Amino acid sequence: MKLYPNYFLLTVFLLVSGCSSTPWVKPYERANLADPIMSFNRDPVSSSYMAHVYEAREGSRGAGVAGGGGCGCN
Amino acid sequence: MKSLLSKFAKNFLLVITCLVVWPGMAESAATSAPAPNFTLKSLSGKNIKLSELTGNVVLVNFWASWCGPCRQEMPLLNAIHKKYEPLGFTVLGINVEEQVANARSFIDERPVDFPILLDGKNKVSKLYHVIAMPTTVVIDRDGKIRFIHQGYQSGDEVKYRKMVKTLVRE
Amino acid sequence: MAVVVVVTNTASKALLLLLLLSLYLVDINAAVLPEDRADALFHSYDGGGVEITGPSILVRKGFGDSVSATINHYVDNVSSASIDVLTTASPYSESRDENSIAVDYLHDNTIMSVALTESVESDFDASTFSINFSQDMFGDLTTVNMGFALGDNIVGQNGNSSFNEQATTRNYRLSVSQVITKNMIMAFAFETISDEGFLNNPYRSVRYLDPTTPVQYSFQAEVYPGTRSGNALAVRARYYLQHRAAIHGGYRIYSDSWGISANTFELGYTLPFRTNWILETSVRYYDQSKADFYSDLFPFQDAQNFLARDKELSSFNSLTLGAGVSYELDNKTWRTFKRGSLNFHYDYIQFDYDDFRDLTQSGSVGNEPLYSFNAGVIRAFASLWF
Repeated sequence: MKLYPNYFLLTVFLLVSGCSSTPWVKPYERANLADPIMSFNRDPVSSSYMAHVYEAREGSRGAGVAGGGGCGCN
Repeated sequence: MKSLLSKFAKNFLLVITCLVVWPGMAESAATSAPAPNFTLKSLSGKNIKLSELTGNVVLVNFWASWCGPCRQEMPLLNAIHKKYEPLGFTVLGINVEEQVANARSFIDERPVDFPILLDGKNKVSKLYHVIAMPTTVVIDRDGKIRFIHQGYQSGDEVKYRKMVKTLVRE
Repeated sequence: MAVVVVVTNTASKALLLLLLLSLYLVDINAAVLPEDRADALFHSYDGGGVEITGPSILVRKGFGDSVSATINHYVDNVSSASIDVLTTASPYSESRDENSIAVDYLHDNTIMSVALTESVESDFDASTFSINFSQDMFGDLTTVNMGFALGDNIVGQNGNSSFNEQATTRNYRLSVSQVITKNMIMAFAFETISDEGFLNNPYRSVRYLDPTTPVQYSFQAEVYPGTRSGNALAVRARYYLQHRAAIHGGYRIYSDSWGISANTFELGYTLPFRTNWILETSVRYYDQSKADFYSDLFPFQDAQNFLARDKELSSFNSLTLGAGVSYELDNKTWRTFKRGSLNFHYDYIQFDYDDFRDLTQSGSVGNEPLYSFNAGVIRAFASLWF
């Protein structure tokens, strides 16, 4: 388990450093990704409750839902 | 440990290379390249050709119904259109979605006075190198691109207004 | 950008610092804060002799373009006659209140979130402070999240006012979400958690073989280590299916210094139908292997330095089948709000223990039937976007 942080950071790092001058999914192609059904956390109140139901009864914790995706608008 | 350090070193070089080669995108840029011509069908059914609008200042706005900031921007663009139209100006709203129905229902709910063009196949989006949603391009009376702005945040309409005001005076 | 301290070796620290540096130098588009909304949830858990119901209310409001605040009020009304209670105590009722406030601040591509949560019940107080940085990059195809949380718990004991113990928890989180194609997005998350202090339950006992008693066993108080550190790594994906539907899956692996290792698999399907309706189904499989110091039956009193008989730390697996339905309200029906939804979800969870025995059942000592139970979870909620 000690090695996990190193390899994970490496992967993140490679993802981050693997850059291109223009994104391969153009902003005008993000219609499907912007759909609420594609959100990792569409209903935060509901998903945090469910996470609590499991955490209170299981011996493991962590690495829950992350943010990101969506329309990429600004 | 040695292999990790060499991996680290390789990645470090890659990042530095990327950072050096990075094109350095600006949010707003002033240029003077000729605006690529295009013909697109509008929601009303008419075909609109950009070259036929030479002599007018044109503000082209690329938008989509699923884009929050685009929705915010629409009424503000409409206000700019209404104010400067008599001076030889028009806004062209280019919808980039495959499904025309999305643009239609959006405009039905929030009507605007300027033409809405349909770029479902994204030909014009590619032509104008659209890299953000929304993207606003202002073209002068000679058909040259004078201003490109990526994205929309409260207050950006002031920048648009300034640019349009300057260009209609030319 | 603040510096996040990660409890790993030097190379990882250096990598993380370089990551931070590259984030700061790469600047294109900006991010958006989540929309304003209000949610009211009714939750209910019923299983293994335990019934917990209550509300959860959330309101999120933006102030200008850069700031958004969220408040949440959550209550658990507990009525417990669980296996542990039936075996060693008597049924009880209590309630737990949890309130939290969070503020998100947007600057260019970064969203900084700070949150404070307070959970209060008659014998347990927990305060948590958390901070999170979210960065959109590379044409907003990648979002990196880095977070830290600090929890302070005060453990009491009902009926014993002089009992007062403390425990501290630290969480470090790193996650990346990445757009893969115009129909697919993936997320990778890593979290390391460390606890120290009084980590056990003041009411819980372990049992050991005791030939001097009629049942052949006796109880003694559980003894836990004063520290615990665990790591969790998860990968998730969402895929858009043509004609509007989505499929999602995820896997999480966990292991900690108490010897627990666990796997979680999830799979789900979301299907909108008839304009305003959305149907969801999901399945979740979980399995864990026991803590090193766990045993259902110790050979004699004080058999080890550390002793546990908490079924949460045993070897077990669980399977959840869930289904939910949502009805979308558009602003044609209700002009005051942008959007609304009414939702109902039901999850059925089956727990099967491999080394925790049901002492309410008969059997010779150490051969009582293995415990298993099922639970039904209801989530009924309404959401409004304004």
